Amino acid sequence: MPIDKSMNVLIVDDYKTMLRIIRNLLKQIEFNNVEEASDGTEALAKLRAGNFGLVISDWNMAPMTGLQLLQEVRSDTKLKQTPFIMITAESKTENVVAAKQAGVSNYIVKPFNAETLRDKIEKVLGHA
Amino acid sequence: MLDHPMPRETILAGRLAEIRAKRPHAEPQLVAEVVRAVLTTMSDTLSGPDTALLREVEALGETIANAKAEIAALKVDDITGSHIPFATDELDAIVAHTAAATDAILESCEMLDAVGDTLAGESAKKLQDATTRIYEACSFQDITGQRITKIVGALKTIEEKVARIVATFGPKLIDLPPPLTDIATPEDELLNGPQLPSQAMDQSDIDKLMASFD
Repeated sequence: MPIDKSMNVLIVDDYKTMLRIIRNLLKQIEFNNVEEASDGTEALAKLRAGNFGLVISDWNMAPMTGLQLLQEVRSDTKLKQTPFIMITAESKTENVVAAKQAGVSNYIVKPFNAETLRDKIEKVLGHA
Repeated sequence: MLDHPMPRETILAGRLAEIRAKRPHAEPQLVAEVVRAVLTTMSDTLSGPDTALLREVEALGETIANAKAEIAALKVDDITGSHIPFATDELDAIVAHTAAATDAILESCEMLDAVGDTLAGESAKKLQDATTRIYEACSFQDITGQRITKIVGALKTIEEKVARIVATFGPKLIDLPPPLTDIATPEDELLNGPQLPSQAMDQSDIDKLMASFD
């Protein structure tokens, strides 16, 4: 089944540069409806107010981290099915395990390339 | 029968211990000077072991005095008041400059993308491939920013430890707050930022780990 690229995508990162990079890379693969949030708290508010088909989030943010955001999403009856990709510099085994246990859909380590981003999105949305 | 008299070095050692107990804050340099004066006046009457013991005490006093002088020479106020703030300010400036430069690069790249939207065929593809590579490369700013944040944290830890060493061994007592006790939650222990390439898992390692859960 083809992926619906008109869906709303929420990208979450406390580095404006990263938000801009991910937005542009998403645009290149034809995801044009992209919203931004600078931490988990803002992201959760946007998720509860809107209709998002995919979340792409950093981990290391304050006050709410990406892992906490993921846990909130998975415990929210309305949001719990939302595909969630973590893009982070945290590359230790325990991080990947913790994210998987919290219900992450896929995990990308920084620095990443456009091909990896495209590949993980296709995998996640293909299984959504 | 008479008891054997106590050796003189034992008596001297005992007296020194008494003095230390009564005056724990006595300046070692002062003690060394007193010992030196005593040695000079009694040099004709002291036995070999007495002299050796007193010389040891004198040397000990000098060692402590030298250590205190060296700590004083560190100019800890310069370290905590000038050097470390200077270093952290410089690092903050690096983050700001690289962020500004990255923004400028991204802005130009977005313009190229807009031009690419007006093209078709091989030219459009080549242009988009080039801008994709630029976007990927610009993510360095996030990674370097996180690494610099880790360095600033390490500098602050060094600053605190230097101040604590000086407070303990330095020439004057400095009132310091009790050491910060890290109350790390299990999740805090997962916030380590970028790892050195030799210690990090790459994307293929992570893919294998993720797949192992399926």
